[in-house]
Amino acid sequence: MSEPLRGVIVSHAALAQALVSAVHAITGVDGALTAVSNDGCDSGALSARIGEAVGAGPAVLFVDLPGGSCLTSAVRLAAGKAALAVVTGVNLAMLLDFVFHRGVTPAEAARRAADAGGKAIRVPAA
Amino acid sequence: MSIALYRVDDRLIHGQVVVGWGQPLDAGFIVLVDDEVRASAWEQDLYRMGVPPHIEVVFASVTEAVRGLAGWETEPRVGILLTGDIDTMQALAAGSDRVRKVNLGGIHHRTGRSERLRYVYLTDDEAAKLRALARGGVDVTAQDVPTARAVPLGEFL
Repeated sequence: MSEPLRGVIVSHAALAQALVSAVHAITGVDGALTAVSNDGCDSGALSARIGEAVGAGPAVLFVDLPGGSCLTSAVRLAAGKAALAVVTGVNLAMLLDFVFHRGVTPAEAARRAADAGGKAIRVPAA
Repeated sequence: MSIALYRVDDRLIHGQVVVGWGQPLDAGFIVLVDDEVRASAWEQDLYRMGVPPHIEVVFASVTEAVRGLAGWETEPRVGILLTGDIDTMQALAAGSDRVRKVNLGGIHHRTGRSERLRYVYLTDDEAAKLRALARGGVDVTAQDVPTARAVPLGEFL
């Protein structure tokens, strides 16, 4: 793919921006992720906000919850577009993995991110 | 029990509805009244994704909802009825005397609307329709989540 794959985090309130900041603080990688909040948006306005963040290039949309306004807007935008893929349940672990593995298709990156995010959820012995 | 919440929210099914209201009300079903969503299986799947399996989701057109209200009001489970706009809620209230209280939960900015509350933006026409609902005996308040105060219509119109 000619353009580098980008990640757009779509969340309630300020969660997305906090995740972008955390990824930057840990990796130093800049410009791979963009934050979108659903604050003050109906679903049409949120889709427009996500579309603006995505721009023309390929992207993975990282959504906070597996349902609700962030997901419905993201899925509406991505429907039928191979250049976009959607992952739900965004967490820091999947984003850290994503920023270093962007040389694949959006669908492959989404699958990889879901795997990395899922593996990070554990109950360690206290 | 019956329908505990008649809500206008342009996001329809989302976190505030399912978690914010659904948990304290112990909701057993959600009726989503929207002609477009009723006609689209894909949209229905999308909205179902945000709802836990123990909550039934019923998709209804306005006509179906007017017919169904009497039955939903006698359900043993607690229900939440959602519309995405004021016109749809007004049509329900016009078609059935079951709609006695309306909650404005989220009507967001759009061209022609002005801010009345942080989460309620209205055109003059929409404001007039809400006043008409209130004149008809419907108790209209704005309240995004249950822990917030229910703001009476007169305070923001």
